[in-house]
Amino acid sequence: MAGQTLYDKLWSQHLVKERDDGSALIYIDRQLLHEVTSPQAFEGLRLAGRKPWRLDANLATPDHNVPTTVKERAAGNAGIIDPVSLIQVQTLDDNCESFGIEEFRINDARQGIVHVVGPEQGATLPGMTVVCGDSHTATHGAFAALAHGIGTSEVEHVLATQCLIAQKMKNMRVRVEGKLGLGVTAKDIVLAIIGRIGTAGGTGYAIEFAGSAIRDLSMEGRMTICNMAIEAGARVGLVGVDDNTINYLRERPYAPSADHWDAAVDTWRSLVSDDDAVFDKEVVLDAAEIAPQVTWGTSPEMVASVEDVVPDPTVIGDDTVKRGVTRALEYMGLAPNQKITDIRLDKVFIGSCTNSRIEDLREAAKVAKGKKVADSIKLAMVVPGSGLVKRQAEAEGLDKIFLEAGFEWREPGCSMCLAMNADKLGAGEHCASTSNRNFEGRQGYGGRTHLVSPAMAAAAAIAGHFVDVRQFAQQPQEA
Amino acid sequence: MQQFTQHQGLVAPLDRANVDTDLIIPKQFLKSIKRTGFGPNLFDELRYLDEGYPGQDASKRPLNPDFVLNQPRYQGASVLLARRNFGCGSSREHAPWALEDFGFRVVIAPSFADIFYNNAFKNGILLIALDEATVDRLFQETEATEGYRLEVDLEAQTVTTPSGEVIRFDIDGFRKHCLLNGLDDIGLTLQEEGAIREFEQRHRQTQPWLFR
Ligand code: SF4
Repeated sequence: MAGQTLYDKLWSQHLVKERDDGSALIYIDRQLLHEVTSPQAFEGLRLAGRKPWRLDANLATPDHNVPTTVKERAAGNAGIIDPVSLIQVQTLDDNCESFGIEEFRINDARQGIVHVVGPEQGATLPGMTVVCGDSHTATHGAFAALAHGIGTSEVEHVLATQCLIAQKMKNMRVRVEGKLGLGVTAKDIVLAIIGRIGTAGGTGYAIEFAGSAIRDLSMEGRMTICNMAIEAGARVGLVGVDDNTINYLRERPYAPSADHWDAAVDTWRSLVSDDDAVFDKEVVLDAAEIAPQVTWGTSPEMVASVEDVVPDPTVIGDDTVKRGVTRALEYMGLAPNQKITDIRLDKVFIGSCTNSRIEDLREAAKVAKGKKVADSIKLAMVVPGSGLVKRQAEAEGLDKIFLEAGFEWREPGCSMCLAMNADKLGAGEHCASTSNRNFEGRQGYGGRTHLVSPAMAAAAAIAGHFVDVRQFAQQPQEA
Repeated sequence: MQQFTQHQGLVAPLDRANVDTDLIIPKQFLKSIKRTGFGPNLFDELRYLDEGYPGQDASKRPLNPDFVLNQPRYQGASVLLARRNFGCGSSREHAPWALEDFGFRVVIAPSFADIFYNNAFKNGILLIALDEATVDRLFQETEATEGYRLEVDLEAQTVTTPSGEVIRFDIDGFRKHCLLNGLDDIGLTLQEEGAIREFEQRHRQTQPWLFR
């Protein structure tokens, strides 16, 4: 019999019951909650007179709606100017309080984007099943946890039963082999993968990311990659356990205590795919060939190398694709064959659950150090993923580097990743963004998003247009 | 959950691939803490010429005459025809809530994103995946024939066109069963309470660090 994939192992370790029709009941170890997708679930519980099955499996924090300016945040919930946002955050507070669920509230130092907070606290552990009413839950798979986004009805289902009705996915492995070039990061890897397999390429699959280039990545880098598995169509992204995983988790608040640590590590070591495991689909990329990536369109698969040009729809054969590209260029205000480096920017956003961890901020700061944001940039902002990331960055002096260069240094939250709070693009504005989605209107009505790595975003802020960060890093700034 | 057995309805063609959940219902409407009332903001950025925000009177907003759902011939449509990878993007269940609130009971496309697929079924919306060539043909027929209606029979797993052509579709047994009977799946799962408790106990013994 062939060996098991990591996904197979995680699946079978959580199987409560399998039904004849292929559906199964799987046990959920951790549910993360935020204010946008939970209110209707709590309401459902209340209406049905049900109670949460297991309180300690849940952890909540508001992130999508919270303001990120220092002034507003100082006032706590009262600083949320939009009354509808305020109700949503307040509702999360009330629900957590009345049901007894642990919550990191707005100005708790541990508050932040759920997908930054979970791993940072050690609340995401190898071998767990992790769910959240948010598609970027795939992030947590970097720890060899079976983690995926669910809808609000499922949030309610997990609260009430500690289980999820699920169907087994197929196995895909994406191997990235070799060494990344200088200035090329995890974000570029994942954008290149999406460019290769498309936004539906992973539909129905759990994707395991493997290969020497993935093993060389820090946990932050692996989280960036798993985070965007969903942009490749896969609900689940995974990386097997190694020393990096274990070292990251040591002494995190929710990690196993000293008396369980060794046993836990023993168990975790087995959370890798067996050598003879069979994958339904395999894709291999050469790390050395990946250049810094920039999306030019309105879907993450509409991506190119920074050295490239915007595509020309007239040479595309497939009708649906051609129409899609034409519409995207029109929305983005770009011309066919225009050089990526000629795209001028209005705003720059460094943040989101994809790229707001300490390593991301360090990379951006390295590029920004001693330079100035171009005059043509209306707003360049850095939004740390959590209060603890912010604190760490400040201890390292990164905030000063950003502020001196002309970036705004904000309070933690989702911010302009989806612009549910006050941070948004105006119509027609181009933004270099380290987030994960460039959909129409995502960052503001009529806004034009280009997805890039933190280093590329910082370089673009300084140049005022996209530049190849590989050359940029060495050059003195033009006057 | 709303029951689904048979449905006969007017078809509206949304000729666009990768329709994402941000397009189905933009984020400013996710601030609601209710499950209802999202219909007027379904496809908000395509449907209206102005920028939408919560609490507006939708009847006073300027409609985009070019958008398919605004065309007189598609008024009252309850079957949506779309292209591949429909529903990609976020896990927001507000997307199926908006489709349902607007009046759609069936969506037909070559493929759907995984999370959206789950969410739609939880809300009594039937998603039918048919091969590209068939979907293409349905697009042509819908656009060519005013008042084009399809008949969907979940029990038989068939779609019947006005010319009497019968197209079969696949659906997994559990979803079909829940949809046909309008079952509350939390109630169903709680019938397995014993099995869950037993699993939990074993799990706690082997990996005590997962419990606090
Ligand atoms: S940062 Fe963006 S993608 Fe991540 S959870 Fe927040 S809104 Fe979603």
